[in-house]
Amino acid sequence: MTTPAARVKAKLMDADAVRRAVVRIAHEIVERNKGVSNLALVGIRTRGAVLAKRLAREIEAIERQAVPVGALDITLYRDDLSRTTHQPVVQATDFTFDIAELRLILVDDVLFTGRSIRAALDALIDLGRPTLIQLAVLIDRGHRELPIRADYVGKNLPTGLAERVDVRLEETDGADEVVMIEEPSHG
Amino acid sequence: MAEAAVAREAQGLQWTKKDLLGLEDLSAEEIRLVLATAESFREISLRPIKKVPALRGKTVVNLFFEPSTRTRTSFELAAKRLSADMINITASASSLTKGETILDMVRNLEALKVDVLIIRHAAAGVPHTIARQTNASVINAGDGAHEHPTQALLDLLTIQRQKGRIEGLKVSIIGDIAHSRVARSDLWGLTKLGACVTLCGPPTLMPSHIEDLGARVTWDVAEAITDADVLMLLRIQHERQEAALVPSLREYRLRYGLDEARLRSAKPDVLVMHPGPINRGVELDSYVADGPNSVILDQVTNGVAVRMAALFLVSGPPKVEE
Repeated sequence: MTTPAARVKAKLMDADAVRRAVVRIAHEIVERNKGVSNLALVGIRTRGAVLAKRLAREIEAIERQAVPVGALDITLYRDDLSRTTHQPVVQATDFTFDIAELRLILVDDVLFTGRSIRAALDALIDLGRPTLIQLAVLIDRGHRELPIRADYVGKNLPTGLAERVDVRLEETDGADEVVMIEEPSHG
Repeated sequence: MAEAAVAREAQGLQWTKKDLLGLEDLSAEEIRLVLATAESFREISLRPIKKVPALRGKTVVNLFFEPSTRTRTSFELAAKRLSADMINITASASSLTKGETILDMVRNLEALKVDVLIIRHAAAGVPHTIARQTNASVINAGDGAHEHPTQALLDLLTIQRQKGRIEGLKVSIIGDIAHSRVARSDLWGLTKLGACVTLCGPPTLMPSHIEDLGARVTWDVAEAITDADVLMLLRIQHERQEAALVPSLREYRLRYGLDEARLRSAKPDVLVMHPGPINRGVELDSYVADGPNSVILDQVTNGVAVRMAALFLVSGPPKVEE
């Protein structure tokens, strides 16, 4: 929700930088997991799901083997459902495969407090028992409130709490870029 | 579906009502929001573990002053699949029989800190009256011959899933329109989403001036069936027959019942719907009820998703009083 008073403070990544980060993470995933056997990608809706699809395409180009991709909606697992004034729109969790015994790469756009990832882990474990879960994010902006860290990071960005990092992607926003937004009078 | 949800979020469409009392009060956008939310909830009932923690710690009460199995069970499953705690109160076994008024009972439930009351009552407007008197959210599960919003919403979801749209469809509702809260809620919902509704039934079971709500009325069942995309049959209630509104169930079946021959005169891809319970061999022959055009059991499945959506939306963030 962009409020009228919010303004773009800086452009942190352009389309090329986003593309290079995705390609690098794809290579790291393949290397760390020694291939793609039993591997699956799970993106957190909305933009994590888009990134997961892109990573899957890159991994397929590297290994010449398709990896399954699922989309996870974490709305129902959020810990702030009764506290937010903005009620989130629930979208469907969409898996065409059974996650049991798979190596799952959980994908999100921005890693911030870690609460979304906590919700996603709970949601995944309700769906089955994967062998392991690794976390890939495009941006790690710090300020963790839970003991969670990413296995693959596109870019580490030190940020202030009053700032907001927006990842914009072709599929959802019309263009690839990462921008920093200054929120008017935070807190 | 996902793209649509993103678009809605961009528009910031929000549920702002404390209660869900009827489709007459809802805008087309609000109806679409419930349907989109329900669409997302369908998947949960297909999982091996059919439970998400969204309403953990919320207490939901089924307060039924009229008999019901389907709706009550559907609400109970919906609440449980969202991890809410669920209590069933049946009026006939409650302190109402000792002379307590409904409002006193509701105040007591409020003192017990319940979050959502699901109310069915034989008199129109009872859920509305209760909603004004309590801070708990109220969902109308059927009030007299007035409204049955979750039934209409599940009908809309079923049509949308089967036909891919609602706008521009021709929907015929056939049967006892006068005593049917389902017909009224469906009429509101369908017309708001742009469907053309035809009502058909014996004149004794057709309310006067119902055309003013935007429906076409016909007594001729053949006309109602010919070009319809959806046929909704309503239950003929035996108790009404005693009041001599229809000469006999046999005559009703001959004049208005949907049998094999009448189905053949309909479009080949017509949807046959019924809110249940069915009187087989009266308004609907078994050949039709169990045939390929029937989506009656899909309605039941979709009912749980719609009620999950209703519970989720009304128990969302604290509502700002307008």
